[in-house]
Amino acid sequence: MVMGIVIIVTSILTYSIGTRYNSDPESVVLVVLLMTAFLLILSFIITSSFERLAEANRLKSEFVSIVSHQIRSPLTNLKWIVELLMSGILGKIEGKQGEYFKILKENTERMQELVNELLTVSRIEATKLVFKREPFALEKIAGDLVEEFKPIAKSSNIQLEFTAEKNLPKVFADPFQILQVMENLLYNAIRYTAAAFNDGKDKNNGKITVRIFKKRNSVVCEITDNGIGIPKDDKKFIFQKFFRAGNVRRYQAGGSGLGLYICKSIIEKSNGRIGFSSKENSGSTFWFSLPIAK
Amino acid sequence: MDDEEALQKTLGEFLQNQGYTPLSALDGDAGFLLAKEKKPDLILLDLIMPKKNGFDVLKLLKNNSETKDIPVIVLTNLAEVADIDKALELGATTYLVKGDHALIDILQKIKATLGDE
Repeated sequence: MVMGIVIIVTSILTYSIGTRYNSDPESVVLVVLLMTAFLLILSFIITSSFERLAEANRLKSEFVSIVSHQIRSPLTNLKWIVELLMSGILGKIEGKQGEYFKILKENTERMQELVNELLTVSRIEATKLVFKREPFALEKIAGDLVEEFKPIAKSSNIQLEFTAEKNLPKVFADPFQILQVMENLLYNAIRYTAAAFNDGKDKNNGKITVRIFKKRNSVVCEITDNGIGIPKDDKKFIFQKFFRAGNVRRYQAGGSGLGLYICKSIIEKSNGRIGFSSKENSGSTFWFSLPIAK
Repeated sequence: MDDEEALQKTLGEFLQNQGYTPLSALDGDAGFLLAKEKKPDLILLDLIMPKKNGFDVLKLLKNNSETKDIPVIVLTNLAEVADIDKALELGATTYLVKGDHALIDILQKIKATLGDE
């Protein structure tokens, strides 16, 4: 844009000089040459600074990727050791030990989630995320995922429902990547609904609905919860990297702040759309749409 | 085969408790020689290893008449699609990303591969 404005201004300037001094063509030629040289130097500076910026971004993504891979090994070891100890194979776990092992396990899982998300972000930014697009039934993978999540929702006293329109057309995207998006949105819905109902008399009122339906040339997946919702002022930042809404931090609900950024990147690369509506203390509806397979 | 000794120890302890007899090698060269000598029922193979990496070991195993029929489960922290495709193309039976699987998941995959279920 900057370059465009500079070119327009320079052209107008050259034109006015040319018309004003048309009696002295040599000076006009000199001015045009000088302007051209100026544009050339300017475009060189801008292009090279963009190249440097792109290179810095590539190095940063590569660094994140290498570090994340290096962290994965000790983290896996830690996770497996905790599992081995908790299984009781090496001796009975007694009293408070179990409680602390559970905290250790949860924190290891949180670290692992963060590392995985950092890796996905670095792949997105280095445009290395591979998409294997194919026609598939969105309602099928959504239905299977809901079944998989039901025990997790139940353990948080949340009712999880699923509805899908009949005879839906297939969508054209990478089913593996779309599964990541749905997992992310569903985890968020459970996490932030559980945060709203984790104590008090309304303990069993948490509810999440997953709905799949056709809308114009796309199939939509909509996840509605009655959780803590998003504060009005935070809405515009919700898809930004590492952003976590104020009330989320207050409730100390887990999460790295990368999930929605990843969801948005995947859906946009799949030629789909993603959005949400939300009201603090009432709940949120996150949706994404995918193009129908031809 | 895995160059992470601590990880090998944890998994080995768990598998031993489940009735298996794990053998271990800390690099690709030692792993291939051990496989040729002992002819195990199944191989758990890491990809990033010293001396010979997992892909090279997989090639050797599948090109050797004594080891070509031993099922190989790749157990690694590399999760790039290109690596998964390459390992499966070279003849791996299953590809598991270590961090994404609990010990019990790995046990189930082993049982399924060996037909122990």
